Amino acid sequence: MDSLDPRIARLHDIRAGEVPTVGAHDYGETYEVFHQAKRGKHHAHVGTVHAPDPELALVYAKEQYGRRQQTVNMWVVRTADIFAFPYDDSDMFDSTPQKIHREAAGYKTRDKIEAYKKKQAQ
Amino acid sequence: MYGGGYIPEEEKRKQQHMEEDPAKLAEFEARIDNGEKIEPHDWMPAEYRKQLIRMIEQHAHSEIIGSLPEGTWITRAPSFKRKMALIAKVQDEIGHGQLLYNAAETLGKSREQMMQDLLTGKSKYSNVFNYPAKTWADVAVIGFLIDAAAIVNQVANSKGSYGPYSRALERICYEESFHLKQGHDAFVALATGTESQRAMLQDAVNRWYRPIIHFFGPSDKDSVHTGKLMRWKVKMMTNDAMRNQFLSSYVPKVWELGLSFPDPKLHKDDNGEWHFSDPNWDEFYQVIKGNGPCNAERLAVRSWVETQHKWIREALFNPNAKYTLPLS
Repeated sequence: MDSLDPRIARLHDIRAGEVPTVGAHDYGETYEVFHQAKRGKHHAHVGTVHAPDPELALVYAKEQYGRRQQTVNMWVVRTADIFAFPYDDSDMFDSTPQKIHREAAGYKTRDKIEAYKKKQAQ
Repeated sequence: MYGGGYIPEEEKRKQQHMEEDPAKLAEFEARIDNGEKIEPHDWMPAEYRKQLIRMIEQHAHSEIIGSLPEGTWITRAPSFKRKMALIAKVQDEIGHGQLLYNAAETLGKSREQMMQDLLTGKSKYSNVFNYPAKTWADVAVIGFLIDAAAIVNQVANSKGSYGPYSRALERICYEESFHLKQGHDAFVALATGTESQRAMLQDAVNRWYRPIIHFFGPSDKDSVHTGKLMRWKVKMMTNDAMRNQFLSSYVPKVWELGLSFPDPKLHKDDNGEWHFSDPNWDEFYQVIKGNGPCNAERLAVRSWVETQHKWIREALFNPNAKYTLPLS
C-alpha cells in the first residue's frame, strides 16, 4: 500500500504535481446569514457563505450555522444587497446618548410633588 | 484545530518597511489600546492587513488539510460511538475552515486565490499535518494533544484585535471543547486498556512528541517583528509562552496515565518554565519547505477534490456573479 489514505491507495488518477487552476469566481457570491435561535427572538447576523444562488446559500447556511446551535429559522441575503454606513461616519451617532429629553430619566417630578404637598399642608 | 501563524525568516527579511500616515497610525493604535475591535472597512496599516491575511489563511488551510489524517480513519474507527464522534469532529473542522476563509476574505484576498495558493504550495498550513496517522492511537493523540495545543493558540488569538477573526475563533473554541474531550476519552480508553493498546498508544506518543514541540514554532520572544504584532494584537502570546502553557497543562495528564515522552530532559523548573531537548528545528524548516513525510500526499488529495468537483461548480455557475467584499 502506497499510503494510509484510501483516496490515494484506491484512486489512480491522483498524480502528484498536477495543480488545477481555481478560477476567479469559482466559489460563487457571498451571502450574509441571519440565524434565529428561538421563535420570538430576532434573527442575528452570524457570518457568510459562498453559493451560486439563494437556495443553495440556505442549504450551506444550515450546514455551517445550524449544525451545532439551536435553530428555528434562517435568512440569507446577497452581500451585494446590504447597504451600510461606513464606520468613518460613526461620529453622526455621537450625540445620541446625550439626548436626555428622550430618556425616562430626563423627567424628574418627585421634587415638585413633594413641594406642592408641603404647600397644601400649610 | 490549528498550528501557529508561523512567519519564516526569509519572509521577514523580504518585508520592506512600510511607511504609514502617522496620524492614522496613532488613531489605529489608540483604538487597539482602548480594547476596540478593528472591522473590515476600517483604515489599517498595510502590514497589519498582510500579516492577518497570512495568519488567518494559514489557519483556514490547517483546518481543511488537518481533517485529512483523521478523515481517513472514519472507515476504520474501532466502534460506532468513535465513528460518530470522528465524523462530527471532521465536519466541524471543515466548518472551521469555512469560517476562517470568510474572515480572511474580509481583508481583501479572495477564497479562490487562497485555495490556488494552497494547491501551488505558496501558502502554508500547520506542519503537524504533514505527519502520518499510522494507527488508531495516532487519532487519539491528534484528538487529545494536537487539539489541546490548537486550543491554547486559538483561545489566545480569539482576544485579538481583528473583529471577524475573533468572532470566528469564539465559535471555533466552543466547538473545539468537544474535540478535546472526545480525544481525551479515546486516549484514556487506550491508556487504561490492554497491554497492546498501551504499547500502541506509547508508540504514537513517541512519534508525535517532536511535531508537538514544533507545533508552536521556534522561539520568537526576542523578535522585533513579534513585538509589533503583539502591539497590534495580531499575535497575543509568544510561541514560547504558548508552548509553556500547553506543556504545563498537558504533560502531567499524560504522565498520570503512566506514559512517557521520549525526552529525558523534559521537565518543569521551579519558575514554572518547561525545558526539553533540542527538537531539531532543521526538520521543522524542511517540512515547511515541502519535504515532510506527507506534504505531497496532502496536496494531491486536495487537488484531486478540486478537480473532481469542478464540473459541479461549473454547472451551478452564475455568469453574472460579481465579487463583493463581505461586511463583517
